[in-house]
Amino acid sequence: MSIQTVAKTGNEAMAEAMRQINPDVVAAYPITPATEIVMIFSQFVADGLVDTEFVAVESEHSAMTATLAACAAGARSMTGTSSQGLALMYEILPIVSAMRLPIVMPEVNRAISGPINIHCDHSDTMAARDFGWLQIFSENSQEAYDNILQAMKICEHKDVRLPAMVTTDGFIISHCMEKIEMFDDKTVQEYVGKYPAYTKLLDLENPITLGALDLQNYYFEHKRQVAEAVKNSKKIILEIGKDFGKRFGREYGFIEKYKLDDADIAVICLGSTAGSAKSVVNELREKGIKAGLLKIRVFRPFPDEEIASALEGVKVAAAIERSDGFAGKGGPLYDEIRSALYDKKKKPLVVDYIAGLGGREITHDHLTEIFSEIGKIAATGSVENPVQYKGVR
Amino acid sequence: MAKDLGWKELPEGDILKSGTAVQFETGDWRTKKPVWDEKLCIQCLFCYIYCPDSAITVKDSKVTGVDYRFCKGCGICENVCPVKPVKAIRMFKEEK
Repeated sequence: MSIQTVAKTGNEAMAEAMRQINPDVVAAYPITPATEIVMIFSQFVADGLVDTEFVAVESEHSAMTATLAACAAGARSMTGTSSQGLALMYEILPIVSAMRLPIVMPEVNRAISGPINIHCDHSDTMAARDFGWLQIFSENSQEAYDNILQAMKICEHKDVRLPAMVTTDGFIISHCMEKIEMFDDKTVQEYVGKYPAYTKLLDLENPITLGALDLQNYYFEHKRQVAEAVKNSKKIILEIGKDFGKRFGREYGFIEKYKLDDADIAVICLGSTAGSAKSVVNELREKGIKAGLLKIRVFRPFPDEEIASALEGVKVAAAIERSDGFAGKGGPLYDEIRSALYDKKKKPLVVDYIAGLGGREITHDHLTEIFSEIGKIAATGSVENPVQYKGVR
Repeated sequence: MAKDLGWKELPEGDILKSGTAVQFETGDWRTKKPVWDEKLCIQCLFCYIYCPDSAITVKDSKVTGVDYRFCKGCGICENVCPVKPVKAIRMFKEEK
């Protein structure tokens, strides 16, 4: 195995991962800020660097449909999208998981319209969290690259057979050039291995029916199977994350704890915010404040036990989330974290900060303020306003 | 299927053997019914090709009639029938 250190944006890193995987079919439609992924990939196709059949479709609805059909036919199939593109795929997303097709899709997090906006927040993927897709968030380009490779193995595992979206934060990661380590093509090819086609529509010797009508008598049982597969994926995600560490030196789990073990106060976030939070935690630690970070890498399946155990010794934790669920009681991250803690004896007070909507920056100052505010809660033990908006005028 | 399978025994991903549509009869909500006239029929097989429910029965490459268990009464067969001046398949009101 050889490792090359290169400068890549998040989009380039994901496109390179796709090139090295060399899928049989990619059907895609451009959308900012994910356009580059499939644009770069289509260049790989034109240059003969991959064997992929590239289908230039007329919408994301068709992109997901074509990817689904190709995957069902027995081809390793991928696509990529963002925001409105993902929204246009919503109708097909739960069909992919119901048909148990292991499609891996890079998804660049971008605010859902309206008002129309092209910048980062997580409202697009959060709205798609209940469709039986695994959701893996990346903090930087390196993680985006590593996550795509692992997702391929996770999804295609016989005990999982589910689709996954691997996300980066729009522009913040997708267009930011960073130093990453790439493995050589042969190593990646060997790592992902041959596609284990579970359904082969083109096998004329063994004709099958897929996507059949499933009424009161069988719909429930099929959904129960998807629920079980999502549950099963937890074990596989951990196994593959550990194995990745052994092979390549970077181990992955559901969450990343940063100076969390002895922390009194902590923030919890997804994606690129974790990078800024680490630097703020370092500053506070220098001042003797016991601050920590819990980064959630896998949002589906939701790692409830791991989060509860990571937060056991923390006094106050703040969820920082880039989407508002409009439930009138805080966002989805806050909801799920509190639900994970409900049955635990030792648990922190948890507050919610909705921040960074529509690409609004989540700055060092914002994060420092949040730590200072939860520091006060830790001192007094009382929460006045559990759900707040940070950085809004 | 004799017994309703539980989720643990059911094939995953809703994968079934082919040809299961024959077990699902779709002909019970028809309001108009096609009637085939053997004498007028020129055996072009257009109705057989166009029928969305494979309800036109064929034997030895010749149309033999309509399988009303599957015919939804859409009228496509009448529409595509090229025989003039009177079509070989015509739609009539379904009688109760």
